[in-house]
Amino acid sequence: MIVEVKLSPLTLKRWQYFYANRRAFWSLWIFLTLFIFSLFAEFIANDKPLVIAYDKNIYLPIFKFYPEQTFGGDFETEADYKDHYIQEKIEAKGWMIWPPIRYRYDTVNYDLPSPAPSKPTYENLLGTDDQGRDVLARLIYGFRISVLFGIILTLISSIIGVIVGGIQGYFGGTVDLVCQRVIEIWSGLPVLYLLIIMGSLVEPNFWWLLGLMLLFSWMSLVSLVRAEFLRARNFDYVKAAKALGGSTFHIMFRHILPNAMVATLTYLPFILNGAITTLTSLDFLGFGLPPGSPSLGEMLAQGKNNLHAPWLGMTAFFSVACMLALLVLIGEGVRDAFDPRKVKF
Amino acid sequence: MSLPLLSIKDLWVRFGRFDAVKGVSFDLRGGETMALVGESGSGKSVTALSILKLLPYPQASHPQGEIHFKGENLLEKADENLRKIRGNEISFIFQEPMTSLNPLHTVEKQIGEVLTLHRNFKKSQIREKVIELLELVGFTDAFDRLESYPHQLSGGQRQRVMIAMALATEPSLLIADEPTTALDVTTQAQILDLLKVLQKKLKMALLLITHDLSIVKKMAKNVVIMQKGECVEAGLTENVFENPQHPYTQQLLNSEPRGIPEELDPEASLILEAKNLSVKFARKSALFSPKTYFEAVKDVSFQVRQGETLGIVGESGSGKTTLAFALLRLQESSGEILLQGNPIHRLKNKELRELRHKIQVVFQDPFGSLSPRMTIAEIIGEGLKIHHPQLTFEQREELIVESLKDVSLDPETRNRYPHEFSGGQRQRVAIARALILKPQILILDEPTSALDRAIQVEVLEILRDLQEKHHLAYIFISHDLKVIRAISHHVLVMRHGSIVEFGPTQVVYEKPQHPYTKVLFKAAFDL
Repeated sequence: MIVEVKLSPLTLKRWQYFYANRRAFWSLWIFLTLFIFSLFAEFIANDKPLVIAYDKNIYLPIFKFYPEQTFGGDFETEADYKDHYIQEKIEAKGWMIWPPIRYRYDTVNYDLPSPAPSKPTYENLLGTDDQGRDVLARLIYGFRISVLFGIILTLISSIIGVIVGGIQGYFGGTVDLVCQRVIEIWSGLPVLYLLIIMGSLVEPNFWWLLGLMLLFSWMSLVSLVRAEFLRARNFDYVKAAKALGGSTFHIMFRHILPNAMVATLTYLPFILNGAITTLTSLDFLGFGLPPGSPSLGEMLAQGKNNLHAPWLGMTAFFSVACMLALLVLIGEGVRDAFDPRKVKF
Repeated sequence: MSLPLLSIKDLWVRFGRFDAVKGVSFDLRGGETMALVGESGSGKSVTALSILKLLPYPQASHPQGEIHFKGENLLEKADENLRKIRGNEISFIFQEPMTSLNPLHTVEKQIGEVLTLHRNFKKSQIREKVIELLELVGFTDAFDRLESYPHQLSGGQRQRVMIAMALATEPSLLIADEPTTALDVTTQAQILDLLKVLQKKLKMALLLITHDLSIVKKMAKNVVIMQKGECVEAGLTENVFENPQHPYTQQLLNSEPRGIPEELDPEASLILEAKNLSVKFARKSALFSPKTYFEAVKDVSFQVRQGETLGIVGESGSGKTTLAFALLRLQESSGEILLQGNPIHRLKNKELRELRHKIQVVFQDPFGSLSPRMTIAEIIGEGLKIHHPQLTFEQREELIVESLKDVSLDPETRNRYPHEFSGGQRQRVAIARALILKPQILILDEPTSALDRAIQVEVLEILRDLQEKHHLAYIFISHDLKVIRAISHHVLVMRHGSIVEFGPTQVVYEKPQHPYTKVLFKAAFDL
């Protein structure tokens, strides 16, 4: 059976408008390519080979733990593939394929030409940081974690925001009044202090940080979606659906939500941008992800602390700037494509 | 013969690649009235706007044509020269009195502005002249009105202020673009009378743009009939009306709603009954002071039988639509509503939902009542999914096709989206959506008001056929008395939320009892 993807004519027109905006279109492609590449960071930058052929067997060290003894070593600990001794042992009875960058984000290069942070070399294309770790590898992993954090935070907070906004707008009256006041009070809480205080109580990890940020970030969409629902609940076709006997959920989901989705989608890239910036700034201040994790904010902080090693600050600055610029350009394209004055029936 | 005041020769107006006006020519002499008639989209407003070059240039262009006013070609004039003519020698009245007055300025300021701009009036003189103008357009309390803001005036009063503004400079040509369309019938008649009197008094020419043929008959000496940007017929009004040449003109003249509904079966069972129905809206009140209420519907009672049409007439604000929503239980109300003896006013939401398929509704605006994101088949099939979830896709399609045939639409078009359909077709889709659930009663809230005359007649025919076929009861809400007469068995006249007259259509139309009904009918049929 052939599944035919049927776009409504309006969606098609919007896509065409977005496509015609070359700047946004290319930004989207560049961003998607970078993001998809970074998803496979383990295969691009790793201190383990991708494939090892040894003694007529194939080994995949990225996926599996192999003790050193497997390759004729002495210990039961995992083989250190960067060790020349192990490398010689393997090469003697087979071969191995390395990823393009032979460092993970936490691999320390002990074989530096100068004290860390060391300058860019052929071995470390963007140099190393002050603990001798490869900057390029950290950049790839850091980009991935930033974008993933941003996307997850954006998606969950949008879903919560749309639900709350929808309920407020559709039912109006007392529900709306109470929710609005709660949101006003809640949004008055100082988020940064809260994060700092919490950070001193628990050691924050990725999910913990996500949850904490989620507590406050869901409010950004509420007012927007609420306004859309307030407006749309008086549309004739919504009233007609009510007269047809549609349930409240059916009406909200089938008839009003598509209207609100336009406003939501328009805002998504910008919310994503905000989420990434917040994570970066927390990491910069040292209240973000646990020490040692790859992050753009931490790299920026290192750049600030090591002004004599400009490759640190430059790399972090340009990568953050490019990422945010790409997202803003995409957001701009999406906003124009959803603008009812520009794309009409 | 003197030179005509305004002479348009072979005028073309182009928007992008689309020609809105294709070679229109006519002459208008001083002191005469000419009517420009056509349906929506026929290019009549565009023609009028291009006289003063008020179109959105450069999107709009005139590939050909000349517009001579007092011997000068306006199309070749520079903007600053045109400004001396705009509002000075040629004045414009727009359709929507709501949006064409600045809501932040008083009446005095709005009219005074024209005087300072074009007549260099001093401040001291303005007030006197404004009062004079307001009296001219029929304000008896002109002095008190000076400080009024537009929102404090009724629609008719606003249109009078607009006319006063247009006349302030004593123009030799007044262009009125649908000046009465947004007004109630009784106000319409007053405004038209006023225009007629003023035209004689000031000896100005009047270019009247309208879609309403009865207005043309009453007002205009000459008429130009437009269709799709072309002028199809022109001449003296009497000649055109007596002896129309072009088939389109004939169709237009024959499109008065006519006929009467089928005879009613006296044994027919009772479908819907309303007893002492009232709807109240709480007015905004200050904190802690007692709440005050505005009664939109007061103590309304009536009955509708199977196969019967109840026409509800009234001017805007009379509570017709509120009544309809109360009957549908989409609006809180007090009093009793019995649907086939079932007291639906007492039912909870869930029980009500199961009965909703018996009472359906069609709205006025065919553009707003269909979700733009769903195909026609999805829109029509929605009710089936809710009330008959056990149907398979094929069974549902079959019913959708059948209901589309019922309203004379091509079933092949069912996978298209609403924007691909015209207003009349969309209204038929809305009717199909309501009928697929086999309701007992259909509430039609101004179903034909947003449509052109010829299409109105088609929709009425379809409604009448469907009533006969399915023994439907209708509640037909309209401000158009001719439409009501053509379709309803009983008529209910509403004013300020209460019933002023209720009876069989013929009786009410021939011998209206209540003074308000008499005024209403006189205004509607004398036009």
